[in-house]
Amino acid sequence: MTGATTIQVRINGKDRDVDEGHTIRTLIESLELHPSLVVVELNREILSRDAYGEIPVQEGDVIELVHFVGGG
Amino acid sequence: MNDGAGILEAARSMDGPLVIGGREFTSRLIVGTGKYADNEIMVDAIRASGAEMVTVAVRRVDLDRTKSEGILHHLDPGEFFLLANTAGCYAAEDAIRYARLARAAGFNEWIKLEVIGDETTLLPDVHATLEAAKVLCDEGFKVMAYTNDDLVTALRLEDVGCAAVMPLASPIGSGLGVVNPYFIREIKRRLEVPVIVDAGVGTASDACVTMEQGVDGVLMNTALAAADDPVRMAHAMRHAILAGRLAYLAGRMPSREIAVPSSPVEGMLD
Repeated sequence: MTGATTIQVRINGKDRDVDEGHTIRTLIESLELHPSLVVVELNREILSRDAYGEIPVQEGDVIELVHFVGGG
Repeated sequence: MNDGAGILEAARSMDGPLVIGGREFTSRLIVGTGKYADNEIMVDAIRASGAEMVTVAVRRVDLDRTKSEGILHHLDPGEFFLLANTAGCYAAEDAIRYARLARAAGFNEWIKLEVIGDETTLLPDVHATLEAAKVLCDEGFKVMAYTNDDLVTALRLEDVGCAAVMPLASPIGSGLGVVNPYFIREIKRRLEVPVIVDAGVGTASDACVTMEQGVDGVLMNTALAAADDPVRMAHAMRHAILAGRLAYLAGRMPSREIAVPSSPVEGMLD
């Protein structure tokens, strides 16, 4: 058997299966987003951008990825 | 000095800057970035308006799109001062959460605080707004609080440390203009922090009348975004804001309900 094991996380309100072993940074990059343009809330805690590369993504994590959009 | 830029420069030389939270802005117009049909037109309209401060909203990234469509792909944060809002929040704790997320984006610690209390009118929940304002001011945010045209709430918002208080002219997106000029004037008279009228301005005359009440500035979005020609309307608003400001500073003639001739009554022929 080959292939990476996946874990289930919830990103922006939707359950997703992602490869095991991601950090927040690699997860953002795998979603084709630029880490400097998104803010990450992990299990209701806002993460510092410097920490993205050090924080592992774990089974059951609830992740919010937000950015600025047009508004009044 | 009869070209457009010269007129604007001459007008500006007769007014001081808008100072909010220790920061100076030359323009008294703050504009939103929502509801534009086209991002290029949005940027052109914002440039035409002369606004330095622009509002943005905090939302989830749409992961179903292949490319992120954040506003910063179109708007250069080096060119404009970004004021994130808490639009769409109906509870103090939600507004606080959005404000913290906005600050984590790393541009500044300013927030346009907005806590809505009614879905139909989008009128603010002033109790929740005050509660959130207190927490955010304590956390070091520069809070610009959207509120009702209610003097007592405006005074309380100032008391808890808001950098600016922003009473509405009329409901968000209504374009009804200032429905209660007296209360806007009263709020301006009583507060020490800047008073920015936020929401309800529909066209240039509304903006001008708003500034004639003596307030420090106007924040608008739909009036530009929903105009048939947003860039042209942005030019109009830029002039209207200046016109209203200068008219206020100039001090208007007393109005009376009788005619008074402008030409001499003596020296008429027999």
